[in-house]
Amino acid sequence: MQLPILESINLMAVLPVLIIAGWACVLLVFDLLIPRSRKHWTAWLALVGLLGAAVALFFQIGHFARLGSEAAFDGMVTVDGFSIFLQVVFVLTAIVGVLLALDYLPRHGIERGEYYVLLLFTTIGMMIMSMAADLIVVFVALELLSIPLYILSGFAGMRETSEEAALKYFLLGAFASSFLVYGIALTYGGTGTTRLTGIAQAVTSDALNLPLTTVGMGLLLVGLGFKVAAVPFHMWTPDVYQGAPTPVTAFMSVGAKAGGFAALIRVLVTAFPAIASEWGTLIAVIAGLTMLLGNIVAISQSNIKRMLAYSSIAHAGYILLAVAAAQRSENASFAIGAVVFYLLAYALTNLGAFTVAIAVERDDGTGTEIDDFAGLGKTRPWMALAMALFMLSLTGMPISGGLVGKVFVFQAALQAVPGDPLLLAVVIIGVLTSVVSAFYYLKVIMVMYMREGEGKAVLPLALKTVLAATAFGTLVLGIIPGPVFQMAQRAMLK
Amino acid sequence: MNSLFSLIPLVVFFPLLGMLINIFFGRMLMADENSKAPGVIASLMAGLSFVIAVLMFVALLGEPEGVEVPFMTWFSISAGSRTLSIPWTFKVDTLSSVMMLVVTGVGTLIHIYAIGYMHGDIDEQASKRGLSSDEAFDLKRRRFPRFFAYFNLFLASMLILVTGSNYLVMFVGWELVGLCSYLLIGFWFDDPIVGIYNSMAGRKAFVVNRIGDFGMVMALMLIFWTFGTLQFDDVFARAECMRTASQFECLAVDAAQMVETSPNFSLMFGFGLLQPISFGAITLSFQTVMIAITLLLLLGATGKSAQIPLFVWLPDAMAGPMPVSALIHAATMVTAGIYMITRSNVLYAMAPFSADTVAIIGAATALVAATIAVAQFDIKRVLAYSTISQLGFMIAAVGLGGYVAGIFHLATHAFFKALLFLSAGSVIHGIEHGHHATAHKGHGDHAFDPQDMRNMGGLRKHMPTTIVVYIVGALALAGIPPLAGFWSKDEILLDASKHDPLIYILLTIAAFFTAFYMGRQVWMVFFGQPRTEAAAHAHESPPVMTTPLIILAVLASIGGLMNLPFGRLHFLAEWLRESVAYAHVPAAGEGFSITVAVISTVLALAAIALSYIIYGTKPLQEGQADPLRVAGPLFTFLNRKWYWDEAYEAVFIRPFKCLANWLAFTIDWRFWHDFVHDSVIIQFFDGWAAILSRPVDMGIVDGAVNGIGRLVAGASSRLRRTQTGYVRNYALAVALGVVAIVAYLLIRFFAN
Repeated sequence: MQLPILESINLMAVLPVLIIAGWACVLLVFDLLIPRSRKHWTAWLALVGLLGAAVALFFQIGHFARLGSEAAFDGMVTVDGFSIFLQVVFVLTAIVGVLLALDYLPRHGIERGEYYVLLLFTTIGMMIMSMAADLIVVFVALELLSIPLYILSGFAGMRETSEEAALKYFLLGAFASSFLVYGIALTYGGTGTTRLTGIAQAVTSDALNLPLTTVGMGLLLVGLGFKVAAVPFHMWTPDVYQGAPTPVTAFMSVGAKAGGFAALIRVLVTAFPAIASEWGTLIAVIAGLTMLLGNIVAISQSNIKRMLAYSSIAHAGYILLAVAAAQRSENASFAIGAVVFYLLAYALTNLGAFTVAIAVERDDGTGTEIDDFAGLGKTRPWMALAMALFMLSLTGMPISGGLVGKVFVFQAALQAVPGDPLLLAVVIIGVLTSVVSAFYYLKVIMVMYMREGEGKAVLPLALKTVLAATAFGTLVLGIIPGPVFQMAQRAMLK
Repeated sequence: MNSLFSLIPLVVFFPLLGMLINIFFGRMLMADENSKAPGVIASLMAGLSFVIAVLMFVALLGEPEGVEVPFMTWFSISAGSRTLSIPWTFKVDTLSSVMMLVVTGVGTLIHIYAIGYMHGDIDEQASKRGLSSDEAFDLKRRRFPRFFAYFNLFLASMLILVTGSNYLVMFVGWELVGLCSYLLIGFWFDDPIVGIYNSMAGRKAFVVNRIGDFGMVMALMLIFWTFGTLQFDDVFARAECMRTASQFECLAVDAAQMVETSPNFSLMFGFGLLQPISFGAITLSFQTVMIAITLLLLLGATGKSAQIPLFVWLPDAMAGPMPVSALIHAATMVTAGIYMITRSNVLYAMAPFSADTVAIIGAATALVAATIAVAQFDIKRVLAYSTISQLGFMIAAVGLGGYVAGIFHLATHAFFKALLFLSAGSVIHGIEHGHHATAHKGHGDHAFDPQDMRNMGGLRKHMPTTIVVYIVGALALAGIPPLAGFWSKDEILLDASKHDPLIYILLTIAAFFTAFYMGRQVWMVFFGQPRTEAAAHAHESPPVMTTPLIILAVLASIGGLMNLPFGRLHFLAEWLRESVAYAHVPAAGEGFSITVAVISTVLALAAIALSYIIYGTKPLQEGQADPLRVAGPLFTFLNRKWYWDEAYEAVFIRPFKCLANWLAFTIDWRFWHDFVHDSVIIQFFDGWAAILSRPVDMGIVDGAVNGIGRLVAGASSRLRRTQTGYVRNYALAVALGVVAIVAYLLIRFFAN
C-alpha cells in the first residue's frame, strides 16, 4: 500500500534518475576516502551506478512499452517511451564518458574523482530534460545539465584553452539561459501556467495573449537552440569543444545536444501545437542555416576537435530539420522517431570518432590536428578502419547508422512539405550540404591511409571496448535499422 | 429683444477703457501736484458703467425674463465625445442687473471718494518717506494713475463676474477680482514701515483664496462632466431633467457616444439612489454628484466671501487703502460668493445637505466674527469683522433658500458698509492730518497708529459731517428701523425663524453683538475727550470725500424701500423671481413678522444702550484700558480673534514649515549633502581610490599586466590558434538571433 503523496510523486517512474542521483551523492563522499593514486576506483564505482540505472531502464522499457506514459511529481515530469529511449542514450553516453576518461585523465595529470561525479550529475540533468513536462523542470534540468559541464570544460585547469573554454561556455550559457527564463516568464504571462499541457490548452483557447506566448516560445527556442548549437547560437561550440578535455567534448557533443533536443521536442510538440507553423518555419530556417554554416566552415578546419565541433553543428541542423517536420501533427510521430533515431546514430558515431581522437591526442594536449592522424592506417589498422566507418557514417554513406538517420530525417521533412513548402528548400540544402560534408570527413580517411606519418596512438582496453561497441552499433543501425526505428517511433510522446 | 440690451458689453468696456487710459496716459494726465484727472476719468468710466447698468434695468422692466447677449466665442474644444464651447455671452437678467447696479453705483461713489482720499494717502506716504517735493510729485504721478487703473480693472472684472453667462466666464471674473484685490491690498508694498506687512497681507489673501479657487475649479470640472456644459441655463435645465430622467436622456446629444465609451464595469458610490452619473469607471448617484458640486462651490464661496474656515485673509486685507477696503473688501468682491450661490440656486435646491451646510457656515461666521469685532481697537478691523459677520448673514440667508433676503442684504450692506468704511477713512484722514499738524511741532512719534480707536475720541466737534453719516451707517448696520439694514436683516431673520430655529438664534445673537460693537465704536471714536494730540487737531475731509458719504448715507437710510415686505412694495422679491427659481417667496401677509422685528429691534437698542453705559457714560481716558477687559481671558480670546490665525499657524503652517525645514536642512542638506555626498560618496571614492591606486593598481594590476605579458610572450603561438573569438561577439550573435526570431514572430503574428 502506498501513500497518496507517494503515488503522485511516483518514484518508480524516475527510478533510473534516482539511482544515478543517489549514487552520485554517495560517490561524492566516497571519493574523499579514496587515495589520490587510486582515483580510477571512483570511475569504476561510477560505472557501477550507471549500470544500475541501465538495468532499471531495461526493466522500464518493457513496462512503458505496455503502459505508454506515466506522470510523476504531480505531473511535473512525464516518463514515456520518448524519455526512456533518450535516457538509454544518455546512460550509454555517460558510460562511454567514464570509459574515455579512465585513461585520459591520469595521462593528462588531471585525474580527480569529481570528474565522474560531475559526469553523473550532468547525466541526471539530461535525463530529467527528456522527461520534463513543465517549463520550470526544463529550466532546472537545463541548469543541472549545464553547470557540471561548465566545470568539466575547465577540468584541464592548467591549460589556458580549457579555462577559456569553461569561461566562454559559462558566460554564453548563462546568457542563453537568461533568454530561456525570460521565455518561460513570457509564456507564463501569456498563459498563466508553466505546465506544458496547460500551455497547449491556453494557447488554443486564449487568442488574446498569443503574441506574448509566441514571443515566449521564441525565447525558449533561443535557450534550447544554444544547447543544441544551432546557428546563430553556435559560436561557442568550436572554442569549447576544442578547449575542453576531449572526453568531456565527446560526452557533451552527444549528451548535451541530445538533452537540448529532448526538451525542444517536448516543449514544442506538447506545449505549442497551436502555433506549430510559426515555430516550424522558424526551425526550418535555423536548420538550413545551421547545416550550411556547420558544413562549410568545417571544411577549413585543421584541428580534429574543431572539425568535429562544426560537424556537430551541422548535424544539429539535420536534427532540427526533423524537428521542423514535427510541426505537422500527422507527421509528428515519424519526425520524432527520426530525431530520436538520428540522435542515437549520431551518438554512437560521434563517440567513436572522439574515442579515436583521444587515442591520438598526446599527453600535453597536442596531437589534435588532423595531420596527426597520418600513418594510422598502417600502425593502427583496426582503429583506422573504425574511424573510417565513423567518418562515412557522419557523411551519410551506406551501411552506417548515419545514412539511415539522414534518410529518416529527409523523409520526415518531405512528408511535412505539404504543410510547409519551405521544408523542401531546406531538404535540398540538407542533401547538398551532406555532399559537401564528404570533403572534410573523407579528408580524415585520406590522411589516415594515404599520408605518411608516425601514426602514434595510445589505445588502452577501455578505448578499445568503446571503439568496438560504437563501431558495432553504427553498423547495426546501418544494416538493420528497422527494430530500433520501430522502437524510436513508438517512443513518440503519449 | 430690446435694443438697449445690445449695449451691455459697454458695462465692462468703459472701466477697461478707463484702465487703459490710466495705464498709458496716466503720467501725462498728472499735469501738476493737485491734478485729479486720472481719478476723474476713472470715476467717469465707472459712472458711465452705472448708466449702462441703469439702462439694463430699464430694459429689463419690459423684458423681466432677461436675455443673453452673445459677444464672442472665447474658445471651443472638441474632447472626445464632448465639445467644450465657451462663449463670452453677457447674461442680463434681474439678478445680474441688481449686482450691476450695486457694483457700478457704489463703485462710482467710491471712485469719486478715492480721488480725494488717494491724494491725501500719497501725500502721507511721501511725508513718511521724507521725500522732497519733486520726489513726492514723482511718486504721485506714478501711484495715483496706477491706483485708478487697478480700480477700474477691478470694476471691469467684477462686472465680468456678474454678467457672465457661464461658470467659466464667471470664474475668469472671480480670478480677476482676486488679482485686483491682491494688487490693491499690497498697493503700499513699498511703504518704509509697514510695506512688508502690506505685501504679506496681499499674499495671504491670494493664497487663502487659492484654496477656495481649488474648490471652484473642481466644481466646474464636475459640472462639465456631469452636464456636458458650463452654460448656466443649460446646466440648470439639465439638472432639473436629471432629477427624474437618466443622464443619457438629458444629454441626448451625447448619449450615443456616452454609451459607446462607457466601460464594461462601473462602481456605484454615494448615497441616494437617484439617477446614476457616469464618470468613466466610476458611477455616482445624482444626489452625491450634486452634493459634491455644491460643497465645492461653497468652498469657493468661503474663500471669496470670507467665511469660516477661510475668512482669515479679510482682516489682513485692510492693509489696503481705505477705498479698496470699502469697494472690494466690503461692498462688492466679497459678495461674489453670495452671488454665485444665488446663481446656482437650482443646484443647491437639489442638494439640501449642502444648502444646510451653507446656512450653518454663514450663521456661525456671523456670530464668530461679530464677537471678535467687539474686542478690536483698530477702526478698520472692527469694520472688517463686521463685514465678515454681515457676509455670514447673507450666506446663511442663501443657504436657507432666502435668496431675495440675501441679495437684499447684499445691496443694503453695500451701501452702509461702504459708507462706514469711507467715513472711517475720513476719520483716519482727519487724524493723520491732525498728527501731521502736531508732529511738525515735535509732539508726534512714528509708532503713532492713526487707525487705533484708543488714539481717537471727541472727534464729533472736528468732523461734523463725518459723524452724522457715520452714525447713519452704524444704525443701519445695527438694524435700527427704518434704516436700510433693518429691513434686509429682518428679512433674513424672518426667513431663518421660519425654516431653521438654530440659524435664527445664532443670527439674532450676532445681531445683538453687531449693535454693540457699532455703539462701542461710535462712542470711542466720536465722543468723550480727544485722547491724543492728533485727535485734538483732526479736521473734516474735503467735499470730494464727504459728498459720496452723504449720498451713501441717503442710500443707507432709504435703501429699504427697494424691498419693503408689504404687499406690492416687495419689489426685489418680485424682481428676482424671474431669475432665482428657488427663492423663498413669502405668502401674502407673511412677509413681515412683528415679533421678529420687535425682538431684533429691542435687542439692537439694548445693545446700543449697553455700549452707552460702558463707553458713553464714562468715556475712555487717555491710556485707560478698555472696560471690557474686566472679562479677562474672554476679552483676550476675542481680541485675539478666537486664535484662528494661531490655530492655523499651529495646525497647518508650523507643521508645514517644520516639514519644509526638515526636508531642506535635514534631508537635503545634512543627509543628502553632508552625509551622502560628503561622507558616503566622497569618502567612499577617496577610500577606494587609495586602495586602487596603491595595492591594487601597483600590486595586482601591474603584476597581472606583467604576468600576462610574460604569458603572452611565452605561449603566443598556442594562444593564437585558440583565441578565436571574443565572448562579446558571440553574445552579440546570440542577441541578434534573438532579435531576428522575435521580430519574425511578431511580424508574422501581426501580419495575419
